[in-house]
Amino acid sequence: MTMKRVSVCMIVLACLIIPAAMAAETPKAGGTMTFAVAETPPSFDGHRETTFAMLHPVAPHYSTLLRFDPENYPKIEGEVAESWTVSKDRLAYTFKIRKGIKFHDGSLLTARDVKVTYDKIIFPPEGVASARKAYYAMVEKVEAPDESTVVFRLKWPSASFLAQVASPWNFIYKADLLAKDLRWYEKNVMGTGPFTFVEYVPGSHWVGKKNPDYYVKGRPYLDGYRAIFIKDTAPRAAAIRAGQTLIEFRGFNPAVRDDLVRTLGNKIRVQESPWICNMTVAINNEKKPFDDVRVRRALTLAIDRWEGSKFLSQISIMKPVGGLMRPGSEFAAPEAELTKLAGFAKDSEASRKEARRLLKEAGVPEGFSFTLKNRNIKEPYEAVGVFVIDQWRKVGLNVTHQPQEGGPYFADLRGGNYETSIDFACDFMDEPDYQLIKFVSREKSPINYSRYTDPVLNELYEKQSRATDPKERLKLIRQFEKRVLDEEVYQFHVLWWQRIIPHWARVKGWTITPSHYLNQDLRDVWLAPE
Amino acid sequence: MVPTLLGVAVLVFLLLRVAPGDIVELKYAGVGAYVSQESMDQERAQLGLDQPLWKQFIDWIWGIVRFDFGASMWTGRPITYEIAIRLQLSLQLAIMATIVAVLISIPLGILAAFKQDTWVDYAVRVFSIAGLAMPSFWLGILMILGMLIFFRWLPPMFFTPIWVDPWANLSQLIWPALAVGYRYSAVATRMTRSSMLEVLREDYVRTARAKGLWERLIIVRHAMKNAMLPVVTVIGLEFAFLIGGLVVTEQVFNLNGIGKLFVDAITQRDYTMTQALVLVVSFTFIVVNFVMDLLYAWLDPRIRYQ
Amino acid sequence: MGESVRAAVGVKVERPTLPGWARVCLRFASRHPLGAVGAVIILLMALAAVLADVLAPADPQASNYALMFQPPSAQFWLGTDVFGRDILSRLIYGSRTALLVGFTSSFVGATLGAIIGVSSAYFGGRVDLLIQRFMDVLLSFPLIVLALVVVAVLGTGTLNVTLAITIPMIPRCALVTRASALAIRETPYVTAAQAMGFSTTRIIFRHMLPNVMAPYLILVTAFLGQAILLEASLSFLGLGVAEPTPAWGLMLRGAAVEFAERAPWMAIFPGLAISASVFGFNLFGDSLRDALDPKLRTG
Repeated sequence: MTMKRVSVCMIVLACLIIPAAMAAETPKAGGTMTFAVAETPPSFDGHRETTFAMLHPVAPHYSTLLRFDPENYPKIEGEVAESWTVSKDRLAYTFKIRKGIKFHDGSLLTARDVKVTYDKIIFPPEGVASARKAYYAMVEKVEAPDESTVVFRLKWPSASFLAQVASPWNFIYKADLLAKDLRWYEKNVMGTGPFTFVEYVPGSHWVGKKNPDYYVKGRPYLDGYRAIFIKDTAPRAAAIRAGQTLIEFRGFNPAVRDDLVRTLGNKIRVQESPWICNMTVAINNEKKPFDDVRVRRALTLAIDRWEGSKFLSQISIMKPVGGLMRPGSEFAAPEAELTKLAGFAKDSEASRKEARRLLKEAGVPEGFSFTLKNRNIKEPYEAVGVFVIDQWRKVGLNVTHQPQEGGPYFADLRGGNYETSIDFACDFMDEPDYQLIKFVSREKSPINYSRYTDPVLNELYEKQSRATDPKERLKLIRQFEKRVLDEEVYQFHVLWWQRIIPHWARVKGWTITPSHYLNQDLRDVWLAPE
Repeated sequence: MVPTLLGVAVLVFLLLRVAPGDIVELKYAGVGAYVSQESMDQERAQLGLDQPLWKQFIDWIWGIVRFDFGASMWTGRPITYEIAIRLQLSLQLAIMATIVAVLISIPLGILAAFKQDTWVDYAVRVFSIAGLAMPSFWLGILMILGMLIFFRWLPPMFFTPIWVDPWANLSQLIWPALAVGYRYSAVATRMTRSSMLEVLREDYVRTARAKGLWERLIIVRHAMKNAMLPVVTVIGLEFAFLIGGLVVTEQVFNLNGIGKLFVDAITQRDYTMTQALVLVVSFTFIVVNFVMDLLYAWLDPRIRYQ
Repeated sequence: MGESVRAAVGVKVERPTLPGWARVCLRFASRHPLGAVGAVIILLMALAAVLADVLAPADPQASNYALMFQPPSAQFWLGTDVFGRDILSRLIYGSRTALLVGFTSSFVGATLGAIIGVSSAYFGGRVDLLIQRFMDVLLSFPLIVLALVVVAVLGTGTLNVTLAITIPMIPRCALVTRASALAIRETPYVTAAQAMGFSTTRIIFRHMLPNVMAPYLILVTAFLGQAILLEASLSFLGLGVAEPTPAWGLMLRGAAVEFAERAPWMAIFPGLAISASVFGFNLFGDSLRDALDPKLRTG
């Protein structure tokens, strides 16, 4: 009898508690979310820009054909596309466009809008810039056979094509507006996203309002959002602390996180994730003595990445130790393999001894002096610069640090007017086509600033890009990595970044992903009452 | 005035073109993307950067003459628009800082003059030199930190015009106005003190005092008006220098003003914006000096009759 | 024989006296106590700069990640910074950077300005007008604006920052020295030199320049304070001296502000150092002006 009573009690309790608990997590509609953005957007055109400063305030106004599922990165789901099929030879991708998606001016979105948008991205006419055009080299043409079908025809099969279509930069634009003026979207907003455009005061703030006709019923939860531009880190962190902004989508360094947690306690929630961004050292392979592979090997052997990670992760956003692919992603080298590469061994003493030996062999004198150029941004560039110089000091190299303003920095990097330089790379997804392009010969890769040519790397890259078997692809990637980081050491990684987002706990419905370019349309975000 | 402005225009134009770094490269230096050389060259052509230097200069000057400053190379928006939205904040800040400076310097200067060589005098001089000595960005940082730690309060991070919401507007701008105003009261305090001292020594003041007329009346009518002459000059000069002080202060307090616009424009190598801003600043300098001359003449009848 | 006897007899008595320069200093100190305080501060700073290698307890560039953010203690009198470097040592070496940049830029700027101003006054006529116009152009830029533009052209780094600070100083000095030079141009002293056929260079350098010493010295000390502040501002904006060079403005940048609650000593001490040194230069410069130029006396 008692058992029965107990179980009845439990069932009653469960019936009371569980709904209550769930109610606590039921999204509530309403409220305006204010968040901070560190820089102002140069233009509003997603196809053209490469900076988060455009994406964060502008993305909520637009939809893309496919998107990354924010809860299940790297899974891809449809957004404007309801479903898709891939032909057997993997040369044709057919997308079914959802019906009933409206632009903010009331007009319906059709396949034609998608086709014209992608024509602009992949085949931009003269005078129109498309920042990622080169990644779509495999596309032969884009067709819209009827109002709700779009077909992409490829020249060769590509492992990464689907992910390219899910790129957060590929806002779907209205064909009629593009027909009138291909550059209209640089200064104007007209999309199909969860929020409509209200106002932008340059340098100050950007305001968006809920789109009542959004195709996902019941979304967005928020009534609107406001992005405030705060350039310096200190006032940006202070704004979160004072509650004037509730979240910032790039992230802060650990000290700010600790401060916020300490002062605001459980009002703050911290989400952390490895970030698909890294710092590298670019070496000018054309300048003596860096044309000697022994010197280059010495440079990477001198750096104790494991110890560096331990300490730098306390003061800056650098943490994960990894090779060419982000540690923790499906393409990353397992630690056992990683530590075999030059500079990634755990025994730093042995590495540094080897470095000294190599330098001596190459005829580099003790106290040899050269320069390391860098951007004059304190976090994390200057921190890395100081760390790297410190490590090189330990093998008897006397390096001068030269932080420069953005303009001269890029000019020197591209023009080869440097000896060594800090370089960086950020991508929106773990995709070897993106991460590896930097290391391919300079004729094939405009973002290879280290000025070398290596046909072996070119071949490996092509092969992995067209590999259809994942295991085969991984093998090729490992070979590529070994050649770059261990055998030739043309340029090398220092550390990857860690994304740390402390935000007010009342901001719900936003999950962190490894890229600050993803999950920015804010459609699932809601605010819990204070 | 015009030749000076022209000289400024030429100097700035040339200096910028000599500076390394290219705005187009900077724009597309982004991450995970690479833009082909042709796209960048197209962009440069659109911005007019492929034209010969003399032609760029003529085009620009011709535009200035018709009050057309052109468009910012970074955002493509008209420069007059970009400057106008920020000018409001910077002007208000400059005026508030000047008011703060006047409110500090004149009473303190007079006080120090009356209590010359006493500890009050030394205290005032130390206080005012401290204002000159402290880096204004350090003062700003300490202020923000203090407010945050002790009062858990932060001034609003974005600008509302004063007629929309006076409380939000003033609670944002009073702090940088205090920081900058304190700095600029330094010179004015010492000027007030010294010119007050000179005037107090004048014969007519001594005679009036000896005769026993109401001292207050004398001081207010005669001494102050004459003492104010050099003070007004100094305040006028300092107002023009305020614009320089704004540059760093706006960074610290995150103010969307002309100073921040200027630093951004230079860093981005936005030639048209930088050139326009420099012209605006120089023009302001010249105008303020001119106004000061007029004010000077009004205050000192002796000059008027020259 | 006793002194008094000697004196009574009329023999000259030699008392040990202080050397001339010491007497001048003492007189200055007694008349201008605030100026004396300023001079002491400057002296301390100069000593720290010169004897940095001896005074500093640690290597200012030696990072030690295990010792980040240490509060002031017996081992680190002023605590450590974000890389575990000793703040006191960095402050001491920083005075070297401050004085180097400050002194070079104000000295060179004032000297060049004085030469230009005096020459302009001497030549008069169209040359004078032309030079004046050019100085006007340079003067219509606020100090930091011109420095920013120069840094943009030349790049960052200690040498370039020094140049960037020197250039705005030149017209300001030229203006003041020109005024003084105009006053002495018409004196018989100068016309006599001309009559004797001395070369222009000789007249300018040996006859006119020495007579504008007073405003020149005042300007140098005034500029020194300004130069230190300007360097701090430029470094704060990221456009000045580069890490890991110890420099006060640089120490206030970034890490100092973000970690200011956990480690306030990182932000306080460099700021105090800058304030104290500029304070000292201003106090001294003020009193110097009082002593040298009675016309400008503030009372």
